[in-house]
Amino acid sequence: MELLTNQVLAGVATGAIYACMALAVVMIYQAIDHLNFAQGEMAMFSTFISWQLMQWGIPYWWAFLATLIISFAGGILIERVLFKPLAKAPVLTNVAGFIALFAIVNSIAGLIWDFTIKQYPTPFGSSPFLGSQLISTHQAGMIGVTLLMLIGLYLFFQFTRIGLAMRAAAALPESARLVGVNTSWMIALGWGMASAIGAVAGILIAPVVFLEPNMMGGVLVYGFAAAVLGGLSSPLGAVIGGFLVGVFENLAGTYIPGVGNELKLPIALALIITVLVFKPAGLFGRAIVKRV
Amino acid sequence: MTAMLNVKDLRAYYGQVQALHGLSFALNEGSLTTLLGANGAGKTTTLRAICNMVRSTGAIEFEGKSLSGRSTENVVRLGIAHVPQGRGTFTTMTVEENLQLGAITRSDSKNIVSDIERMYAHFPVLKERHTQQAGTLSGGEQQMLAVARALMLRPRLMLLDEPSFGLAPLIVRDLFKILGKINREDKVTILVVEQNAQLALELADQAYVIETGKIVMSGNAKEIASNEDVRKSYLGY
Repeated sequence: MELLTNQVLAGVATGAIYACMALAVVMIYQAIDHLNFAQGEMAMFSTFISWQLMQWGIPYWWAFLATLIISFAGGILIERVLFKPLAKAPVLTNVAGFIALFAIVNSIAGLIWDFTIKQYPTPFGSSPFLGSQLISTHQAGMIGVTLLMLIGLYLFFQFTRIGLAMRAAAALPESARLVGVNTSWMIALGWGMASAIGAVAGILIAPVVFLEPNMMGGVLVYGFAAAVLGGLSSPLGAVIGGFLVGVFENLAGTYIPGVGNELKLPIALALIITVLVFKPAGLFGRAIVKRV
Repeated sequence: MTAMLNVKDLRAYYGQVQALHGLSFALNEGSLTTLLGANGAGKTTTLRAICNMVRSTGAIEFEGKSLSGRSTENVVRLGIAHVPQGRGTFTTMTVEENLQLGAITRSDSKNIVSDIERMYAHFPVLKERHTQQAGTLSGGEQQMLAVARALMLRPRLMLLDEPSFGLAPLIVRDLFKILGKINREDKVTILVVEQNAQLALELADQAYVIETGKIVMSGNAKEIASNEDVRKSYLGY
Protein backbone atom coordinates (compact mmCIF):
# COMPACT_ATOMS: atom_id res chain seq x y z
CA MET A 1 0.00 0.00 0.00
CA GLU A 2 2.83 2.36 0.88
CA LEU A 3 4.46 1.61 -2.46
CA LEU A 4 1.24 2.55 -4.23
CA THR A 5 0.82 5.84 -2.36
CA ASN A 6 4.46 6.60 -2.91
CA GLN A 7 4.21 5.99 -6.64
CA VAL A 8 1.02 8.01 -6.99
CA LEU A 9 2.50 11.00 -5.17
CA ALA A 10 5.73 10.80 -7.16
CA GLY A 11 3.53 10.63 -10.27
CA VAL A 12 1.65 13.74 -9.21
CA ALA A 13 4.98 15.53 -8.76
CA THR A 14 6.30 14.73 -12.24
CA GLY A 15 2.74 15.11 -13.53
CA ALA A 16 2.90 18.73 -12.39
CA ILE A 17 5.78 19.27 -14.80
CA TYR A 18 3.93 17.50 -17.63
CA ALA A 19 0.93 19.67 -16.84
CA CYS A 20 3.05 22.81 -17.26
CA MET A 21 4.45 21.63 -20.58
CA ALA A 22 1.02 20.53 -21.80
CA LEU A 23 -0.44 23.87 -20.81
CA ALA A 24 2.32 25.75 -22.65
CA VAL A 25 1.73 23.64 -25.76
CA VAL A 26 -2.04 24.14 -25.59
CA MET A 27 -1.73 27.90 -25.12
CA ILE A 28 0.22 28.23 -28.34
CA TYR A 29 -1.97 25.67 -30.10
CA GLN A 30 -5.07 27.68 -29.19
CA ALA A 31 -3.50 30.85 -30.51
CA ILE A 32 -2.04 29.65 -33.80
CA ASP A 33 -3.33 26.08 -34.35
CA HIS A 34 0.14 24.55 -34.43
CA LEU A 35 2.02 22.32 -32.00
CA ASN A 36 5.20 23.94 -30.76
CA PHE A 37 7.78 21.13 -31.06
CA ALA A 38 10.40 23.50 -29.66
CA GLN A 39 8.52 24.13 -26.38
CA GLY A 40 10.83 21.76 -24.52
CA GLU A 41 13.97 23.31 -25.97
CA MET A 42 12.77 26.79 -25.05
CA ALA A 43 12.19 25.55 -21.49
CA MET A 44 15.65 23.97 -21.45
CA PHE A 45 17.22 27.23 -22.61
CA SER A 46 15.37 29.13 -19.88
CA THR A 47 16.64 26.65 -17.31
CA PHE A 48 20.20 27.23 -18.51
CA ILE A 49 19.68 30.97 -18.17
CA SER A 50 18.58 30.54 -14.56
CA TRP A 51 21.58 28.26 -13.93
CA GLN A 52 23.90 30.85 -15.43
CA LEU A 53 22.40 33.57 -13.26
CA MET A 54 22.96 31.42 -10.20
CA GLN A 55 26.55 30.75 -11.31
CA TRP A 56 27.00 34.50 -11.29
CA GLY A 57 25.95 34.52 -7.66
CA ILE A 58 22.32 35.55 -7.91
CA PRO A 59 20.17 33.78 -5.26
CA TYR A 60 17.78 31.04 -6.43
CA TRP A 61 14.46 32.88 -6.23
CA TRP A 62 15.80 36.05 -7.81
CA ALA A 63 17.27 33.97 -10.62
CA PHE A 64 13.90 32.20 -10.91
CA LEU A 65 12.04 35.49 -11.22
CA ALA A 66 14.54 37.00 -13.64
CA THR A 67 14.35 33.86 -15.79
CA LEU A 68 10.57 34.09 -15.97
CA ILE A 69 10.81 37.68 -17.20
CA ILE A 70 13.57 36.88 -19.70
CA SER A 71 11.64 33.83 -20.97
CA PHE A 72 8.47 35.87 -21.33
CA ALA A 73 10.30 38.47 -23.41
CA GLY A 74 12.07 35.75 -25.36
CA GLY A 75 8.80 34.02 -26.21
CA ILE A 76 7.39 37.28 -27.53
CA LEU A 77 10.56 37.88 -29.53
CA ILE A 78 10.42 34.42 -31.13
CA GLU A 79 6.80 35.00 -32.14
CA ARG A 80 7.47 38.45 -33.59
CA VAL A 81 10.58 37.42 -35.51
CA LEU A 82 9.85 33.87 -36.61
CA PHE A 83 6.16 32.97 -36.42
CA LYS A 84 4.32 36.21 -37.09
CA PRO A 85 5.67 36.23 -40.66
CA LEU A 86 4.53 32.59 -40.98
CA ALA A 87 1.00 33.29 -39.79
CA LYS A 88 -0.59 32.74 -43.19
CA ALA A 89 1.92 30.13 -44.39
CA PRO A 90 0.88 26.49 -44.94
CA VAL A 91 1.06 23.98 -42.09
CA LEU A 92 4.28 22.35 -43.31
CA THR A 93 6.09 25.69 -43.45
CA ASN A 94 5.16 26.22 -39.82
CA VAL A 95 6.29 22.70 -38.91
CA ALA A 96 9.63 23.43 -40.58
CA GLY A 97 9.80 26.64 -38.55
CA PHE A 98 9.28 24.74 -35.30
CA ILE A 99 11.89 22.15 -36.19
CA ALA A 100 14.34 24.91 -37.10
CA LEU A 101 13.67 26.60 -33.77
CA PHE A 102 14.18 23.27 -32.01
CA ALA A 103 17.54 22.69 -33.68
CA ILE A 104 18.73 26.27 -33.27
CA VAL A 105 17.90 26.53 -29.57
CA ASN A 106 19.38 23.12 -28.87
CA SER A 107 22.68 23.86 -30.62
CA ILE A 108 23.03 27.33 -29.16
CA ALA A 109 22.59 25.88 -25.67
CA GLY A 110 25.23 23.26 -26.50
CA LEU A 111 27.53 25.91 -27.88
CA ILE A 112 27.30 28.18 -24.85
CA TRP A 113 27.05 25.65 -22.02
CA ASP A 114 28.31 22.43 -23.74
CA PHE A 115 26.63 19.02 -23.54
CA THR A 116 28.02 17.76 -20.24
CA ILE A 117 25.45 16.96 -17.58
CA LYS A 118 25.23 19.52 -14.79
CA GLN A 119 23.84 19.41 -11.28
CA TYR A 120 20.94 21.78 -10.68
CA PRO A 121 20.09 23.04 -7.19
CA THR A 122 16.72 22.83 -5.49
CA PRO A 123 15.63 25.38 -2.90
CA PHE A 124 13.42 22.79 -1.22
CA GLY A 125 16.10 20.23 -0.37
CA SER A 126 15.47 16.53 -0.84
CA SER A 127 14.74 15.41 2.68
CA PRO A 128 11.48 13.58 3.44
CA PHE A 129 8.51 15.95 3.29
CA LEU A 130 6.95 16.54 6.75
CA GLY A 131 8.87 13.55 8.06
CA SER A 132 7.09 11.17 5.71
CA GLN A 133 9.01 8.83 3.45
CA LEU A 134 6.30 9.07 0.82
CA ILE A 135 7.47 12.21 -0.92
CA SER A 136 10.53 14.43 -0.84
CA THR A 137 10.50 18.14 -0.13
CA HIS A 138 11.55 18.87 -3.69
CA GLN A 139 8.63 16.85 -5.07
CA ALA A 140 6.27 18.68 -2.73
CA GLY A 141 7.83 21.93 -3.91
CA MET A 142 7.23 20.98 -7.55
CA ILE A 143 3.56 20.36 -6.84
CA GLY A 144 3.24 23.51 -4.72
CA VAL A 145 4.87 25.90 -7.21
CA THR A 146 2.89 24.42 -10.10
CA LEU A 147 -0.41 24.73 -8.26
CA LEU A 148 0.36 28.34 -7.32
CA MET A 149 1.13 29.14 -10.94
CA LEU A 150 -2.01 27.40 -12.21
CA ILE A 151 -4.19 29.30 -9.74
CA GLY A 152 -2.53 32.54 -10.81
CA LEU A 153 -3.15 31.77 -14.48
CA TYR A 154 -6.76 30.84 -13.80
CA LEU A 155 -7.37 34.14 -12.00
CA PHE A 156 -5.63 36.03 -14.79
CA PHE A 157 -7.76 34.49 -17.55
CA GLN A 158 -11.04 34.63 -15.61
CA PHE A 159 -10.85 38.04 -14.01
CA THR A 160 -8.64 40.41 -15.98
CA ARG A 161 -9.51 42.28 -19.13
CA ILE A 162 -6.34 41.19 -20.90
CA GLY A 163 -7.15 37.60 -19.96
CA LEU A 164 -10.62 38.03 -21.41
CA ALA A 165 -9.21 39.58 -24.58
CA MET A 166 -6.72 36.72 -24.92
CA ARG A 167 -9.48 34.15 -24.56
CA ALA A 168 -11.55 36.00 -27.16
CA ALA A 169 -8.64 36.19 -29.59
CA ALA A 170 -8.01 32.46 -29.23
CA ALA A 171 -11.68 31.50 -29.56
CA LEU A 172 -12.75 33.70 -32.49
CA PRO A 173 -10.00 35.92 -33.89
CA GLU A 174 -12.24 37.74 -36.35
CA SER A 175 -14.91 38.59 -33.79
CA ALA A 176 -12.18 39.64 -31.38
CA ARG A 177 -10.81 42.10 -33.93
CA LEU A 178 -14.34 43.44 -34.43
CA VAL A 179 -14.55 44.44 -30.78
CA GLY A 180 -11.15 46.08 -31.08
CA VAL A 181 -8.83 43.39 -29.70
CA ASN A 182 -5.35 43.49 -31.19
CA THR A 183 -5.23 39.75 -31.84
CA SER A 184 -1.71 39.80 -33.18
CA TRP A 185 -0.35 41.04 -29.85
CA MET A 186 -2.55 38.62 -27.95
CA ILE A 187 -0.80 35.79 -29.83
CA ALA A 188 2.58 37.27 -28.93
CA LEU A 189 1.48 37.52 -25.30
CA GLY A 190 0.41 33.87 -25.44
CA TRP A 191 3.88 32.92 -26.65
CA GLY A 192 5.48 34.90 -23.86
CA MET A 193 3.32 33.23 -21.23
CA ALA A 194 3.85 29.75 -22.68
CA SER A 195 7.57 30.36 -22.68
CA ALA A 196 7.50 31.47 -19.03
CA ILE A 197 5.37 28.47 -18.02
CA GLY A 198 7.89 26.22 -19.76
CA ALA A 199 10.67 27.92 -17.83
CA VAL A 200 8.96 27.04 -14.54
CA ALA A 201 8.68 23.42 -15.67
CA GLY A 202 12.33 23.30 -16.73
CA ILE A 203 13.61 24.84 -13.51
CA LEU A 204 11.52 22.48 -11.35
CA ILE A 205 12.44 19.29 -13.21
CA ALA A 206 16.14 20.11 -13.67
CA PRO A 207 17.23 18.78 -10.23
CA VAL A 208 15.59 15.45 -11.19
CA VAL A 209 16.70 14.95 -14.80
CA PHE A 210 19.88 17.07 -14.49
CA LEU A 211 20.74 20.02 -16.67
CA GLU A 212 21.85 19.39 -20.25
CA PRO A 213 20.61 20.50 -23.69
CA ASN A 214 18.51 17.35 -24.24
CA MET A 215 16.92 17.31 -20.79
CA MET A 216 13.41 18.25 -21.99
CA GLY A 217 13.07 15.74 -24.85
CA GLY A 218 11.31 13.07 -22.83
CA VAL A 219 9.41 15.60 -20.76
CA LEU A 220 7.94 17.22 -23.85
CA VAL A 221 6.74 13.85 -25.20
CA TYR A 222 4.87 13.36 -21.93
CA GLY A 223 3.64 16.92 -22.21
CA PHE A 224 2.26 16.19 -25.67
CA ALA A 225 0.67 12.99 -24.37
CA ALA A 226 -0.95 15.00 -21.58
CA ALA A 227 -2.20 17.67 -23.99
CA VAL A 228 -3.68 15.06 -26.33
CA LEU A 229 -5.21 13.14 -23.43
CA GLY A 230 -6.81 16.23 -21.93
CA GLY A 231 -7.73 17.72 -25.28
CA LEU A 232 -5.77 20.27 -27.24
CA SER A 233 -8.68 22.67 -27.10
CA SER A 234 -8.87 22.68 -23.32
CA PRO A 235 -6.23 24.27 -21.06
CA LEU A 236 -7.86 22.72 -17.99
CA GLY A 237 -7.89 19.35 -19.75
CA ALA A 238 -4.20 19.66 -20.54
CA VAL A 239 -3.42 20.28 -16.87
CA ILE A 240 -5.51 17.33 -15.69
CA GLY A 241 -3.99 15.25 -18.48
CA GLY A 242 -0.53 16.15 -17.18
CA PHE A 243 -1.25 14.83 -13.71
CA LEU A 244 -2.96 11.71 -15.09
CA VAL A 245 -0.02 10.92 -17.37
CA GLY A 246 2.45 11.42 -14.50
CA VAL A 247 0.57 9.00 -12.23
CA PHE A 248 -0.12 6.52 -15.03
CA GLU A 249 3.52 6.49 -16.09
CA ASN A 250 4.70 5.71 -12.57
CA LEU A 251 2.10 3.03 -11.90
CA ALA A 252 2.78 1.32 -15.22
CA GLY A 253 6.51 1.41 -14.55
CA THR A 254 6.01 -0.15 -11.12
CA TYR A 255 3.25 -2.66 -11.56
CA ILE A 256 3.31 -3.86 -15.15
CA PRO A 257 6.01 -6.49 -15.34
CA GLY A 258 8.67 -5.83 -17.93
CA VAL A 259 7.94 -2.13 -18.33
CA GLY A 260 10.32 -0.61 -15.81
CA ASN A 261 12.09 2.65 -16.40
CA GLU A 262 13.32 1.82 -19.89
CA LEU A 263 9.90 1.35 -21.42
CA LYS A 264 8.16 4.28 -19.74
CA LEU A 265 8.53 6.57 -22.74
CA PRO A 266 6.87 4.22 -25.23
CA ILE A 267 3.94 4.16 -22.82
CA ALA A 268 3.48 7.88 -23.39
CA LEU A 269 3.49 7.30 -27.15
CA ALA A 270 1.06 4.39 -26.81
CA LEU A 271 -1.18 6.67 -24.75
CA ILE A 272 -1.16 9.35 -27.46
CA ILE A 273 -2.14 6.83 -30.13
CA THR A 274 -4.82 5.20 -27.99
CA VAL A 275 -6.43 8.53 -27.19
CA LEU A 276 -6.31 9.65 -30.82
CA VAL A 277 -8.00 6.41 -31.92
CA PHE A 278 -10.75 6.27 -29.31
CA LYS A 279 -11.31 9.87 -28.26
CA PRO A 280 -9.68 12.21 -30.79
CA ALA A 281 -10.86 15.35 -29.02
CA GLY A 282 -9.35 14.19 -25.71
CA LEU A 283 -11.09 13.78 -22.38
CA PHE A 284 -12.07 17.43 -22.00
CA GLY A 285 -11.72 18.83 -25.50
CA ARG A 286 -14.59 19.71 -27.73
CA ALA A 287 -14.81 18.20 -31.18
CA ILE A 288 -14.63 21.06 -33.63
CA VAL A 289 -17.94 21.06 -35.46
CA LYS A 290 -18.39 23.61 -38.17
CA ARG A 291 -21.77 24.54 -39.52
CA VAL A 292 -21.70 24.97 -43.25
CA MET B 1 -23.90 68.93 -44.48
CA THR B 2 -20.82 66.77 -44.64
CA ALA B 3 -21.27 63.08 -44.46
CA MET B 4 -20.13 61.03 -41.49
CA LEU B 5 -19.00 58.16 -43.66
CA ASN B 6 -17.93 58.77 -47.21
CA VAL B 7 -17.20 55.86 -49.50
CA LYS B 8 -15.77 56.61 -52.94
CA ASP B 9 -15.00 54.25 -55.80
CA LEU B 10 -14.70 51.24 -53.53
CA ARG B 11 -13.39 48.09 -55.22
CA ALA B 12 -12.88 44.88 -53.29
CA TYR B 13 -11.26 41.60 -54.21
CA TYR B 14 -11.34 38.01 -52.96
CA GLY B 15 -8.15 36.67 -54.46
CA GLN B 16 -8.51 37.25 -58.19
CA VAL B 17 -12.24 37.78 -58.03
CA GLN B 18 -13.48 41.35 -57.91
CA ALA B 19 -16.58 41.67 -55.74
CA LEU B 20 -17.16 45.43 -55.70
CA HIS B 21 -16.86 47.53 -58.85
CA GLY B 22 -16.45 51.15 -57.85
CA LEU B 23 -19.05 51.64 -55.18
CA SER B 24 -19.76 55.12 -53.83
CA PHE B 25 -22.14 56.22 -51.10
CA ALA B 26 -22.36 58.45 -48.07
CA LEU B 27 -24.00 58.27 -44.66
CA ASN B 28 -25.20 61.34 -42.82
CA GLU B 29 -24.66 61.59 -39.12
CA GLY B 30 -27.65 60.31 -37.21
CA SER B 31 -29.18 58.59 -40.20
CA LEU B 32 -30.46 55.06 -40.41
CA THR B 33 -29.51 53.76 -43.81
CA THR B 34 -30.13 50.40 -45.38
CA LEU B 35 -28.12 48.72 -48.07
CA LEU B 36 -30.30 46.36 -50.08
CA GLY B 37 -29.60 43.82 -52.76
CA ALA B 38 -29.83 40.19 -53.76
CA ASN B 39 -27.54 37.38 -52.66
CA GLY B 40 -24.00 37.95 -53.85
CA ALA B 41 -24.58 41.59 -54.75
CA GLY B 42 -21.72 42.68 -52.48
CA LYS B 43 -23.53 43.91 -49.37
CA THR B 44 -21.49 41.96 -46.87
CA THR B 45 -18.31 42.75 -48.78
CA THR B 46 -19.07 46.46 -48.50
CA LEU B 47 -19.28 46.22 -44.71
CA ARG B 48 -16.16 44.08 -44.57
CA ALA B 49 -14.29 46.58 -46.73
CA ILE B 50 -15.18 49.42 -44.36
CA CYS B 51 -13.55 47.45 -41.53
CA ASN B 52 -10.61 46.41 -43.70
CA MET B 53 -11.41 42.71 -43.50
CA VAL B 54 -11.09 42.27 -47.25
CA ARG B 55 -8.56 43.61 -49.75
CA SER B 56 -9.93 46.78 -51.28
CA THR B 57 -9.04 50.00 -53.07
CA GLY B 58 -10.80 53.35 -53.11
CA ALA B 59 -11.34 55.97 -50.45
CA ILE B 60 -13.28 55.48 -47.22
CA GLU B 61 -13.45 58.42 -44.86
CA PHE B 62 -15.00 58.35 -41.41
CA GLU B 63 -15.47 61.75 -39.74
CA GLY B 64 -12.73 63.13 -41.94
CA LYS B 65 -10.24 60.34 -41.22
CA SER B 66 -9.18 57.92 -43.91
CA LEU B 67 -9.75 54.28 -43.02
CA SER B 68 -7.47 52.75 -45.61
CA GLY B 69 -4.40 51.07 -44.20
CA ARG B 70 -5.89 50.80 -40.72
CA SER B 71 -6.18 47.37 -39.15
CA THR B 72 -9.67 46.13 -38.32
CA GLU B 73 -9.16 46.73 -34.60
CA ASN B 74 -8.05 50.30 -35.25
CA VAL B 75 -11.12 50.99 -37.38
CA VAL B 76 -13.23 49.70 -34.50
CA ARG B 77 -11.38 51.94 -32.05
CA LEU B 78 -12.55 54.97 -34.05
CA GLY B 79 -16.08 54.12 -32.96
CA ILE B 80 -17.34 51.84 -35.70
CA ALA B 81 -19.08 48.75 -34.35
CA HIS B 82 -19.66 45.91 -36.77
CA VAL B 83 -22.19 43.17 -36.07
CA PRO B 84 -21.08 40.52 -38.53
CA GLN B 85 -23.09 37.97 -40.39
CA GLY B 86 -23.53 34.96 -38.14
CA ARG B 87 -23.34 37.38 -35.18
CA GLY B 88 -19.79 36.54 -34.09
CA THR B 89 -20.95 35.48 -30.63
CA PHE B 90 -18.26 34.18 -28.29
CA THR B 91 -20.26 31.03 -27.66
CA THR B 92 -18.08 29.52 -24.93
CA MET B 93 -18.19 32.67 -22.83
CA THR B 94 -20.99 33.95 -20.68
CA VAL B 95 -23.43 36.60 -21.83
CA GLU B 96 -21.85 39.11 -19.47
CA GLU B 97 -18.35 38.34 -20.72
CA ASN B 98 -19.55 38.95 -24.26
CA LEU B 99 -20.79 42.38 -23.20
CA GLN B 100 -17.51 43.13 -21.42
CA LEU B 101 -15.66 42.20 -24.59
CA GLY B 102 -17.69 44.78 -26.46
CA ALA B 103 -16.17 47.41 -24.20
CA ILE B 104 -12.67 45.96 -24.22
CA THR B 105 -11.19 49.07 -25.85
CA ARG B 106 -12.68 51.42 -23.27
CA SER B 107 -10.90 52.41 -20.07
CA ASP B 108 -13.81 54.03 -18.20
CA SER B 109 -14.62 50.99 -16.06
CA LYS B 110 -17.38 52.70 -14.03
CA ASN B 111 -19.36 53.60 -17.13
CA ILE B 112 -18.90 50.08 -18.47
CA VAL B 113 -20.78 48.67 -15.50
CA SER B 114 -23.63 51.12 -15.97
CA ASP B 115 -23.65 50.47 -19.74
CA ILE B 116 -24.06 46.76 -19.11
CA GLU B 117 -27.07 47.61 -16.94
CA ARG B 118 -28.40 49.78 -19.76
CA MET B 119 -28.10 46.86 -22.18
CA TYR B 120 -30.01 44.68 -19.74
CA ALA B 121 -32.71 47.34 -19.76
CA HIS B 122 -32.82 47.32 -23.57
CA PHE B 123 -32.79 43.51 -23.67
CA PRO B 124 -34.25 42.07 -20.44
CA VAL B 125 -33.75 38.51 -21.67
CA LEU B 126 -29.99 39.03 -21.55
CA LYS B 127 -30.16 39.95 -17.89
CA GLU B 128 -32.04 36.75 -17.11
CA ARG B 129 -29.26 34.78 -18.80
CA HIS B 130 -26.22 36.84 -17.93
CA THR B 131 -24.26 33.94 -16.42
CA GLN B 132 -25.23 31.50 -19.14
CA GLN B 133 -22.87 30.47 -21.93
CA ALA B 134 -23.76 32.59 -24.94
CA GLY B 135 -23.86 29.49 -27.15
CA THR B 136 -26.92 28.26 -25.26
CA LEU B 137 -28.99 31.28 -26.29
CA SER B 138 -31.55 31.06 -29.08
CA GLY B 139 -30.85 32.70 -32.42
CA GLY B 140 -32.89 35.79 -31.59
CA GLU B 141 -31.28 36.16 -28.18
CA GLN B 142 -27.84 35.81 -29.76
CA GLN B 143 -28.68 38.54 -32.25
CA MET B 144 -29.75 40.81 -29.39
CA LEU B 145 -26.52 39.96 -27.61
CA ALA B 146 -24.57 40.84 -30.76
CA VAL B 147 -26.29 44.23 -30.99
CA ALA B 148 -25.76 44.85 -27.28
CA ARG B 149 -22.11 43.85 -27.57
CA ALA B 150 -21.65 46.31 -30.43
CA LEU B 151 -23.33 49.07 -28.42
CA MET B 152 -20.94 48.47 -25.52
CA LEU B 153 -18.30 50.14 -27.67
CA ARG B 154 -20.37 53.34 -27.46
CA PRO B 155 -20.07 53.49 -31.23
CA ARG B 156 -20.64 56.52 -33.41
CA LEU B 157 -21.56 54.24 -36.29
CA MET B 158 -22.98 50.76 -36.18
CA LEU B 159 -22.81 48.36 -39.12
CA LEU B 160 -25.24 45.46 -39.08
CA ASP B 161 -24.98 42.55 -41.45
CA GLU B 162 -28.37 40.90 -41.98
CA PRO B 163 -29.65 41.05 -38.44
CA SER B 164 -32.88 39.35 -39.53
CA PHE B 165 -31.11 36.24 -40.79
CA GLY B 166 -32.63 33.04 -39.42
CA LEU B 167 -35.01 34.80 -37.04
CA ALA B 168 -38.77 34.46 -36.69
CA PRO B 169 -40.67 37.44 -38.18
CA LEU B 170 -41.97 38.59 -34.79
CA ILE B 171 -38.49 38.65 -33.32
CA VAL B 172 -37.21 40.56 -36.34
CA ARG B 173 -39.87 43.23 -35.74
CA ASP B 174 -38.82 43.56 -32.10
CA LEU B 175 -35.19 43.80 -33.06
CA PHE B 176 -35.83 46.47 -35.68
CA LYS B 177 -37.87 48.46 -33.21
CA ILE B 178 -34.93 48.43 -30.83
CA LEU B 179 -32.57 49.48 -33.64
CA GLY B 180 -34.81 52.45 -34.39
CA LYS B 181 -34.82 53.39 -30.73
CA ILE B 182 -31.03 53.17 -30.50
CA ASN B 183 -30.73 55.35 -33.59
CA ARG B 184 -33.05 58.02 -32.19
CA GLU B 185 -32.19 58.00 -28.49
CA ASP B 186 -28.52 57.10 -28.42
CA LYS B 187 -27.75 59.05 -31.61
CA VAL B 188 -25.98 56.12 -33.19
CA THR B 189 -25.73 56.28 -36.95
CA ILE B 190 -26.72 52.91 -38.37
CA LEU B 191 -26.03 51.16 -41.65
CA VAL B 192 -27.97 47.94 -41.95
CA VAL B 193 -27.53 45.42 -44.73
CA GLU B 194 -30.66 43.44 -45.41
CA GLN B 195 -32.25 40.92 -47.70
CA ASN B 196 -35.58 41.55 -46.07
CA ALA B 197 -36.10 44.73 -48.08
CA GLN B 198 -39.67 45.43 -47.05
CA LEU B 199 -38.90 45.53 -43.37
CA ALA B 200 -35.62 47.39 -43.80
CA LEU B 201 -37.31 50.12 -45.86
CA GLU B 202 -39.94 50.60 -43.16
CA LEU B 203 -37.18 51.15 -40.62
CA ALA B 204 -34.69 53.20 -42.58
CA ASP B 205 -34.72 56.80 -43.72
CA GLN B 206 -32.13 56.37 -46.48
CA ALA B 207 -31.65 53.41 -48.80
CA TYR B 208 -29.13 52.22 -51.33
CA VAL B 209 -29.71 49.34 -53.70
CA ILE B 210 -26.68 47.40 -54.79
CA GLU B 211 -26.37 44.98 -57.70
CA THR B 212 -23.25 43.04 -58.71
CA GLY B 213 -20.95 45.33 -56.81
CA LYS B 214 -22.43 48.66 -57.88
CA ILE B 215 -24.96 51.09 -56.46
CA VAL B 216 -27.91 51.11 -58.86
CA MET B 217 -30.37 53.17 -56.88
CA SER B 218 -30.34 55.48 -53.93
CA GLY B 219 -32.69 57.83 -52.15
CA ASN B 220 -35.30 58.26 -49.50
CA ALA B 221 -36.45 54.93 -48.11
CA LYS B 222 -40.16 55.76 -48.39
CA GLU B 223 -39.81 56.75 -52.04
CA ILE B 224 -37.91 53.63 -52.93
CA ALA B 225 -40.47 51.52 -51.12
CA SER B 226 -43.30 53.16 -53.04
CA ASN B 227 -41.65 52.88 -56.45
CA GLU B 228 -43.17 49.75 -57.90
CA ASP B 229 -40.63 49.35 -60.73
CA VAL B 230 -37.74 49.42 -58.32
CA ARG B 231 -39.45 47.01 -56.00
CA LYS B 232 -40.12 44.53 -58.76
CA SER B 233 -36.78 44.67 -60.51
CA TYR B 234 -34.41 44.89 -57.55
CA LEU B 235 -36.14 44.00 -54.35
CA GLY B 236 -38.37 41.18 -55.45
CA TYR B 237 -41.58 41.86 -53.60
